[in-house]
Amino acid sequence: MATVEINEKSGNVFGLTGNARFRRELWWRIPLHIILIIGAGLMLLPFIWMFATSFKPPTEVVAWPPTFIPQSPTLENYGKVFELMPFARYFFNSLVVTIVCMITICITSSLAGYIFAIFRFPLRNFFFIIILATAIVPFETYMIPLYLLMKDLKSINSYQGIMAPYFIMSFGIFFMRQNYIAFLPEELLDAARIDGAGEWKIYWRIVLPLSSSALAALAIYAFINVWAAFIWPLLVVNTSDLKTIELALAGFQTAYTVEYGPLMAGSVISLLPILLIFILLRRQIIESVAMTGMK
Amino acid sequence: MARNILSRKEGSSRLGSSLQRQKLLFVFIGLTPIMLVYGITRIWPIIRTFTLSLYDSDLVTPEKKFIGLENYTSLVDDDAFKQAFLNTTLFAVGTVVASVVLGLALALILTQFIPRSGLYQLIYFLPFVMPIVPVAIVWRWIYDPSYGLLNWFLSWFGIPKQAFLFYPETGLWAIVVMNVWKVIGYNMVILIVGIRAIPTLYNEAAEIDGANRFSVLRYITVPLLKPVILFVLVVTTIGAYNVFTSVYVMTQSTTASGNNIPILVGEIYNNAFRYSKMGYASSEAVILFVVVLALTLIQFRFVRSDT
Repeated sequence: MATVEINEKSGNVFGLTGNARFRRELWWRIPLHIILIIGAGLMLLPFIWMFATSFKPPTEVVAWPPTFIPQSPTLENYGKVFELMPFARYFFNSLVVTIVCMITICITSSLAGYIFAIFRFPLRNFFFIIILATAIVPFETYMIPLYLLMKDLKSINSYQGIMAPYFIMSFGIFFMRQNYIAFLPEELLDAARIDGAGEWKIYWRIVLPLSSSALAALAIYAFINVWAAFIWPLLVVNTSDLKTIELALAGFQTAYTVEYGPLMAGSVISLLPILLIFILLRRQIIESVAMTGMK
Repeated sequence: MARNILSRKEGSSRLGSSLQRQKLLFVFIGLTPIMLVYGITRIWPIIRTFTLSLYDSDLVTPEKKFIGLENYTSLVDDDAFKQAFLNTTLFAVGTVVASVVLGLALALILTQFIPRSGLYQLIYFLPFVMPIVPVAIVWRWIYDPSYGLLNWFLSWFGIPKQAFLFYPETGLWAIVVMNVWKVIGYNMVILIVGIRAIPTLYNEAAEIDGANRFSVLRYITVPLLKPVILFVLVVTTIGAYNVFTSVYVMTQSTTASGNNIPILVGEIYNNAFRYSKMGYASSEAVILFVVVLALTLIQFRFVRSDT
């Protein structure tokens, strides 16, 4: 842990003092920077292009050669996307589904993670191994029976139908469990028990607050994933008013083939929540991905 | 004193056993609904995928007629399935090779040669967190045959306008390029974490022995990074085998046939939800599962033997 922090501060994985070393290498860091900047430009280009197109009037969208900076910028695409379809409703649907699932994932992951980490009870290992083993099964392999189940439960075209697969995230349980094993002092829990606190109160008042940073990482991860969900909503939603924003965008491009102006405006709007989270919490996001990756 | 006695697990006092009962009650009330929901929405569907694959079925009666392994034997003769499997494999290989090589190069450059690389990391990572649908839409627009940015760029070199997504053969690689762009940042971040976890001790020792920077990379960093590289390889391959949304969004009514480029999940989707062949689609899903399982086992095996 300590070595990692030192490296991050000096940006130098080798143990030598940064400055002398880097000055010596200046001559060939310049071409590296040029390559990296071109690469960074390519990474950003689709977003810039999306953003630019969303402000162009229809004639300019199909201008040849294309223009990067809109010559006569307009907001009409943003108005149009709300006229052509109930876009506000779709945004609301996405937001409801994502936030409810995010909160549920945080609660189920922390509760189950806490129980698996701290308590001894019959069948504990059995349950935990089942969760671990099913974690690797891709959603696409079991979506058919899940769909049939939702059909039997009359949950096609309902919020609970869209949310059903996202209530519990096996990775989240595993992640929180690791976190509690590493950072939760059991003496503290025992002390609270002696003071007469019930188990739920301990969970709610001690365990949850103590794991807030891990929960925040999990919440970000859950939000990004559920917001981007596509194939499941595609299966369970076939009425217009329950579409999520992703479904609406994908459907819109076939319905109005060449109307790229409003389509790009809609795309920009659908990116905004994620972009906002990314800008505000960039460090936590990279950390949470790094943690999820290194499981 | 009291605290020590009570906190013992085998505490035999009356208070201790009532605490024990409270704990078990908490476990029971807390875990039962979670395992129940998990069982219904995850474990049961997984099991049913396997059983369903042994049936001839339609949407109304999923388990219409038990036919044993017949679905699997007809998979072997199904050209659409074989084409989809081949395409998905090509897609996975293309994505993995390009994104791991580039991700590794980026991770090495950003940790070893660039002092303050935070902004670069952020930019290269950005596409990974962005939702796939709007991203695929803008890439489709970039590939547009008449007004696309890529055609404009190629026109500088006198190359005439291309319809990249029109034929499955070129369309597949066009989507590979997009996918590489999307996952490269993830691979980079994981590899950077891996590089930072290597004790500086090794590098210092090598440097004292007179190794230059490239031989340190070649003989110390990359070999020690092998488990992480393998992890990234496997995760990227699994992700690529599950590709669906980008292909669905980018090739809807853009291809010559009007259909999407055949891929594995696309076949599952079509068979199950267009032609209502739930059993047949389930057997394809089982094949996908086997691929993913094999990849996961490979990773476990190598990581175990390495550490």
